[in-house]
Amino acid sequence: MEKFSYVNATSLEQVTALLSDSGWGEVMLIAGGTDLLAELKEYVETPKTLVNLKTLPGMDAIEADASGLKIGALATVADIARHPTIQQHYTVLAQAAGSVATPQIRNVGTLGGNLCQRPRCWYYRDESTDCLKKGGDICYAVDGLSKYHAILGGDPVYIVHPSDIAPALIALGASLKIVGPEGEKTMSLEEFFTLPAANPFRENVLEPNEIVVEVQVPPAKPNTKSFYLKAREKGAPDFALASVAGVFEMDGKTCKSASVVLGGVAPAPWRSKEAEAALTGKMVDDTVSKQAGADAVKDAQPLNDNAYKVTLTQNLISRAAMMAAS
Amino acid sequence: MASWGEASESRLIGKRIPRLSGRDKVTGKAKYTFDINRPGLLYGRILRSEVAHANVVGVDLSEAEALPGVKAVIQIVEVGNKIRYQGQEIAAVAAETDDIAKDALRLIHVDLEELPHVVTEADAMAEGAPQIRDDWAGNQSDPNVREEGDLAGGFAQAAVEVEATYHAPVQTHVCLETHGHVAEWEDEQNLTVWASTQGVFGVRNDLAGSFNLPANQVRVITEHMGGGFGSKFGPGVEGRTAADLARITGRPVKLMLTRKAEHLVAGNRPSMTQHVRAGATGDGRLIAYDMKGHGTGGISSGAGFQAPYVYHVPNRRAERVNVAVNVGNQRAMRAPGHPQGAFAMDSLMDELAEKLGMNPLEFRRINDPNETRQAQYTLGAQEIGWHRRNNVPGSGKGVKKRGMGVGSGQWGGGGGRGTQARVTINSDGTVEAVTGTQDIGTGIRTAIAMIVAEEFGLAPTDIMVKVGDSGPGLPSGGSGGSQTTASVAPVIKTAAAAAKQKLFERIAPQLNAPVGDLRVGNRTIYVVSDRTKTIKWELATGQLGMDSISEGGEWDEELRQGGVAGTQFAEVEVDTEIGEVRVIKIVAVQDCGLAINRLTTESQINGGVIMGLGQALLEERFMDALTGRMLNANLEDYKVPGTFEIPEIKSIVFDTHRKVTGVGEPPCIPTPGAIANAVYNAIGVRIRELPITPDKILTALAEKKA
Repeated sequence: MEKFSYVNATSLEQVTALLSDSGWGEVMLIAGGTDLLAELKEYVETPKTLVNLKTLPGMDAIEADASGLKIGALATVADIARHPTIQQHYTVLAQAAGSVATPQIRNVGTLGGNLCQRPRCWYYRDESTDCLKKGGDICYAVDGLSKYHAILGGDPVYIVHPSDIAPALIALGASLKIVGPEGEKTMSLEEFFTLPAANPFRENVLEPNEIVVEVQVPPAKPNTKSFYLKAREKGAPDFALASVAGVFEMDGKTCKSASVVLGGVAPAPWRSKEAEAALTGKMVDDTVSKQAGADAVKDAQPLNDNAYKVTLTQNLISRAAMMAAS
Repeated sequence: MASWGEASESRLIGKRIPRLSGRDKVTGKAKYTFDINRPGLLYGRILRSEVAHANVVGVDLSEAEALPGVKAVIQIVEVGNKIRYQGQEIAAVAAETDDIAKDALRLIHVDLEELPHVVTEADAMAEGAPQIRDDWAGNQSDPNVREEGDLAGGFAQAAVEVEATYHAPVQTHVCLETHGHVAEWEDEQNLTVWASTQGVFGVRNDLAGSFNLPANQVRVITEHMGGGFGSKFGPGVEGRTAADLARITGRPVKLMLTRKAEHLVAGNRPSMTQHVRAGATGDGRLIAYDMKGHGTGGISSGAGFQAPYVYHVPNRRAERVNVAVNVGNQRAMRAPGHPQGAFAMDSLMDELAEKLGMNPLEFRRINDPNETRQAQYTLGAQEIGWHRRNNVPGSGKGVKKRGMGVGSGQWGGGGGRGTQARVTINSDGTVEAVTGTQDIGTGIRTAIAMIVAEEFGLAPTDIMVKVGDSGPGLPSGGSGGSQTTASVAPVIKTAAAAAKQKLFERIAPQLNAPVGDLRVGNRTIYVVSDRTKTIKWELATGQLGMDSISEGGEWDEELRQGGVAGTQFAEVEVDTEIGEVRVIKIVAVQDCGLAINRLTTESQINGGVIMGLGQALLEERFMDALTGRMLNANLEDYKVPGTFEIPEIKSIVFDTHRKVTGVGEPPCIPTPGAIANAVYNAIGVRIRELPITPDKILTALAEKKA
């Protein structure tokens, strides 16, 4: 990695002040570092300054009460996975967090870092490949090897968003607290992520001088079942070939409402309104659940090597729906 | 005639003894090459090409040389020469810290004139592809053709035929300890090198030649080694570079390969593609086999594979070519040519058996000439519960479907001459066994201790075993071809026997008995004809005074034997909705002659099965045609088995005789074929390409449905 100066953060004001002096890449934030360090070592990022967020007090808290869930951006993935209330009432989130990487990585990786992590695309991560995401001319996955790439929402950059936690949080209706030089704002997590058509270089709407500080999740509705199903080639560590975060409000076998968010198949966590519509108000059986899966991928546009993800995604969705009905 | 004696007489040989280095390894006390830090150590790094094919126009080292902390910069490739693959060495640096060395690499300016590359076999074999080797038109070697019998006549007798294409991609070795060395010059004439190697004497001789030194002025040490699998026989460019940087700077230099370089340049198992047409008679005899295939070993040759394999086909023709691509060279990898050949052959066997309406095991019994494997089929089938297998493939109920398959393998492993050893008995009762072999993780250190301890009536922990050091000047061959135990054990055995004889000669007068009547007991020597006459080991050796006994040994052919057979059965569960294959159980029945240490032999079999499982389900090198680069030169996208992938492994040591035979390689051979056949039995769809990943399962199931 290139040399950089290292600043221990003392306050959010100081952090945003440090950030506002530059665009992307000059000053970068580090918490767990499980993603950033790899980027530095591969020279994909070469910041001049790293700001260590771990010295900010209190930002790793997880608060659960009747008003819902508040998780500080510095809470570790492991903290989330093993939190009793999250396990009990926000199962999809605990399962998603528990499926991340390895115990070592979960112990240091943070919520904020997980949401803001960069793509794993093997062209993007190769310093020598000047791909579209890094300001080059083409997305190499289009004509190259695309086994792990996007089938939905790709054009013109076919990365997939690697987060497991983001689909789970979106399915739970989470919102995000962001602090910038002008103060604090809250937005839905779903709107936080963007597609490459809007911005090929970033995966979210965060400005270079802003920082994610907290995630808020509304209280779990009664009679809700939620699951995170993640297909991968290897038990661990492995990123999702495709994943489904499903939150289902059930009345017996009837689905009163459904949130279905896909991971590993699109450049952003992909909310499937089609699958949700196919399930909502229905008695969930084999036919209905299969229809929900089929509807979710009807606009999929696979590349050379990833048509299998269409079937896989479809099957994961119907499996999640059937689990909700059982 | 020398022998290992009867099993009933053995106190240690053939028993399960924990490896002597086990505690040091799990506590981190064991020092691998990576752990060696010498006073004044410098860190070496190599600059490698990211371009697959280019002319070298210029290399400018000056900026790197000027970086504070840099002690030496050397150019490896010459201007005017060609870069022929990504990862090829361009220059190297030695610096005070590893970080400075890394920074310095980025200050070396390389001017390359890029040439068109071909990095995939399809591109290399395409019409009009750029020719990347002057000697291979169309990037292909002359075909290697082997023929026997009457092919047309054979097919005329065939009642059923199968025609299919099988493919196994390039695998890399993934040694957990990457290749590397620490080199230190005592003076201009004496070099010591700590090497992560499978052959300390090979590395010694190579470096002595490179630096024009007498061989005994180069000392190579490998106390512990983190995996080689055939890729670590010589110092390589990196070893010679480390020694050169140490020579120039007059300081010790550590130079270990990065994980990326390990994938790119430290060897690989060549790919295999075979298009085969084969036939069997109505009564289940293989009768004709016609194979045309190719594989790539990178820019070099060496992409051979076994075809046909194990089973007897009287009328056959096999034609293979090597395909050149702009990618780093192959090196021997655990049973070179066998696992990929076995996968194709065992898949073919099952396809033929199905056309015959025959149980695949029965079809093998008819066509396998090997008596050992015939017995293994029975044992393995019992152990896995072969009767539970689906009679109709894919007929299991539900989404998760189970199936069973079988595969076979063979190997040599009989050892050879070339090992010298010395067994020493000191007057204080301590015993040393010294030889120039190396323990590459197989447990030869423990085996040596067991052999000597057995001979002397001592415990393995009483024996000080010194291996992995060329210093004592007792050569032994490289640890490859599963030859180590069969090469070393007979020499140790005869050396220990000779030393014991010498001790008996010294003690006999005192016990007032003929030498021939002396025997060892538990830490004692006694007279067999009068057991009241006994002397404790330390009292006996105490008689030696300053005059230690030190004896060499001979490689006695009667103590070893080559040739092993193996069979594996796999049970898998396939999730037909998400394409995931989970291996439930592997039964590995491995012929191995006398297992000196049953515990480490079982570990060898377990390791082989795990490696075979990786090849079956996970491992594949991805080369990008556009950029010419390997896309998964890491351990994120180059996937090897982890704890979640490891099934129940029933390793059965099938010891058919009491002569030593190596078993390092053969247990990885039958696994991919057995798993592939089990997957077919589970889902009724055959995957003819390794690795069997979810994309292939889902695609094949979708095609079947359509």
